Amino acid sequence: MDGFVVLAILETLVTAASSVQTFVLKSSNSLSKLYIESLRKMLPIQTVTLIPGDGIGPEISTAVMKIFEAAKAPIQWEERNVTAIKGPGGRWMIPPEAKESMDKNKIGLKGPLKTPIAAGHPSMNLLLRKTFDLYANVRPCVSIEGYKTPYTDVDLVTIRENTEGEYSGIEHLIVDGVVQSIKLITEEASRRIAEYAFEYARNNQRTSVTAVHKANIMRMSDGLFLRKCREVAENYKDVKFTEMYLDTVCLNMVQDPSQFDVLVMPNLYGDILSDLCAGLIGGLGVTPSGNIGAHGVAIFESVHGTAPDIAGKDLANPTALLLSAVMMLRHMGLHGHAKKIETACFDTIREKKVLTKDLGGNSKCSEFTADICRRVQDMD
Amino acid sequence: MATLTKVLKPILGSQLGNTAKVFGAAVNSQRGKPTYTGRTIPPPAKYGGRHTVALIPGDGIGPELLNHVRELFRFCCVPVDFEVVHVNSASTREDDINNAIMAIRRNGVALKGNIETNHTMPPNHKSRNNLLRTSLDLYANMMHCQSLPGVHTRHKNIDIIIIRENTEGEYSSLEHESVSGVVESLKIITRNNSLRIADYAFRLARDKGRRRVTAVHKANIMKLGDGLFLQCCKEVASGYPDIEFDSMIVDNTTMQLVSKPHQFDVMLMPNLYGNVVSNVCAGLVGGPGLVPGANYGRDYAVFETATRNTGKSIANRNIANPTAMLLASCLMLDHLKLHDYANMIRGAILTTMNETRLHTVDIGGQGTTSEVVQSIMRIIQSSGPLTTEI
Repeated sequence: MDGFVVLAILETLVTAASSVQTFVLKSSNSLSKLYIESLRKMLPIQTVTLIPGDGIGPEISTAVMKIFEAAKAPIQWEERNVTAIKGPGGRWMIPPEAKESMDKNKIGLKGPLKTPIAAGHPSMNLLLRKTFDLYANVRPCVSIEGYKTPYTDVDLVTIRENTEGEYSGIEHLIVDGVVQSIKLITEEASRRIAEYAFEYARNNQRTSVTAVHKANIMRMSDGLFLRKCREVAENYKDVKFTEMYLDTVCLNMVQDPSQFDVLVMPNLYGDILSDLCAGLIGGLGVTPSGNIGAHGVAIFESVHGTAPDIAGKDLANPTALLLSAVMMLRHMGLHGHAKKIETACFDTIREKKVLTKDLGGNSKCSEFTADICRRVQDMD
Repeated sequence: MATLTKVLKPILGSQLGNTAKVFGAAVNSQRGKPTYTGRTIPPPAKYGGRHTVALIPGDGIGPELLNHVRELFRFCCVPVDFEVVHVNSASTREDDINNAIMAIRRNGVALKGNIETNHTMPPNHKSRNNLLRTSLDLYANMMHCQSLPGVHTRHKNIDIIIIRENTEGEYSSLEHESVSGVVESLKIITRNNSLRIADYAFRLARDKGRRRVTAVHKANIMKLGDGLFLQCCKEVASGYPDIEFDSMIVDNTTMQLVSKPHQFDVMLMPNLYGNVVSNVCAGLVGGPGLVPGANYGRDYAVFETATRNTGKSIANRNIANPTAMLLASCLMLDHLKLHDYANMIRGAILTTMNETRLHTVDIGGQGTTSEVVQSIMRIIQSSGPLTTEI
């Protein structure tokens, strides 16, 4: 009898102890969660200027905002619109509220903007570039698992000089039937872009930087660009520096894109090569892009068009804007959130269950967004 | 030339043989007549029915590949003699390249390797290849990119003809430094040259039975320059209603080329975009070792590999792919109206590539250059015509 009583008492003691243990564990779990929450709340909430854009712009911006909310990223959005207005000197400029907001926040996210033909004013993208002196266009091209293209091992970054070069817009009609177009290369701009390229390589653990040029033909202009790149390379001995002709890069890029890492180049070559690389990974609908300007300004954008035919029908693919926003988070140093959102996005695409029409599925934009939000929340 | 034969033949009877043709050609040279490809009238074969062609070995893999071409021609008894002109790329004097240009003027046709340009030299030392092209006014560069069934590539069945303006545009070599640290490079587009190249493209398209010509440009940014080019193309297109004409911006073009290359038929563009697009297409069909290129002017024609690589790193190691240079020599034989020889050699090259599958390292095989050339010679010998010993 005594033995049974002793056993019974021991049993109750053990169950009591285990329940105390689970209680302590549970409360410590929730305590740690509370702790993490409070830490998160202590992270400074940064304000970012959001420019939804035209066409499908507003829907994809909403999608991105939803995903960021689900990921609890410390970002507050300030929406602004950019339409060209005529300033006091008769020059076209962006609305002063937009400019003020960007100057204050320094970081911006932009959707696709319509470029009206024959509206009298230059393209909005050009205006933004001139206003904030956005000198570097960065486009990381990484093959997306789940969106198959003939090229599967792409992992490179194109950094393109965005202010001068062949796109200076200086053209003259010499005599009837003879036109000259001037390509401008300056020491200052070349040095600036080279420095940015090497800084980027260093900050993102990239091993080599390749300067793309055509100095055998354009001896002075590309020669100057190349000289500046070489000079800057002297200060960054940890990053390997190579030079390659534009035609060799094109030839090798379509045969074996895995041999390239970071490419830095003047305006025209950058335009062609960055679109070539975008084509390798699946087009402009999945390519992120960022523009870095002077005084710490950075605007991240999606480079596809406004797609007016599917605007408002919940059919748009927010991947490009989302990946640009992830690039923005990395630029701001919020690597944890960036990784979370990016992984969720790639997982959704890999599963192939809720893909939008351009990725080969037939789901709606909202379903795609909801799937990503769910994954992000599950990761917590 | 034909009328002279008709006049002399009844007088002198059949004892004349070929003399009338040869004599007639020299007297009544029709070389001054503008021909769009230069293919209508070949240069005259002045001595014994044998043509003389200028040969410029160049640097890198050029000399060894051109030696193989000569060996092959000697083996097949092709009635072509080569006048070899060496150009020293390291020398700053322009004598070498001037001699080469004179040789080409003399012979009318040339086969060349790429001459290296050392871009650390001062700007007055111009690219030798560029000098050659502009002095001889070789305004059209034609490149036919075709997928070969024996070569493994990501895209199959590509068949694109690329026509690139060869003398002006960004390659005008007109640069100046007005202020220290600020360099301007001029890109020249002229109406005459744009009309000329567009005319060439449409005539070629019609000749080869092609359906569509696509002009590649960047007129949204370079409104005057590329705008003029596009306008000229449109003008010429209106004269060819049977051929469809459309245009595409160069960055979109490269994107489409790597995802959907089959939508392109004939592509027409100014100099720099031509460089980019032709290299992308060469990469798509298997690499720089497979595609031949031809430069046509009004009076002269120069044949070389399409991507104009010097191949310094693989020089003299017997691993270069001879296909591009050999196919370029076949294009030259076609130009000289020696079609039988051209088809025989081309057939043997394609058999080696597609059936025997003897590939060099650049397309994934393990053959050496000499093995490939030997195989081609063996196939030619077995298919019949009189050849020398291997």
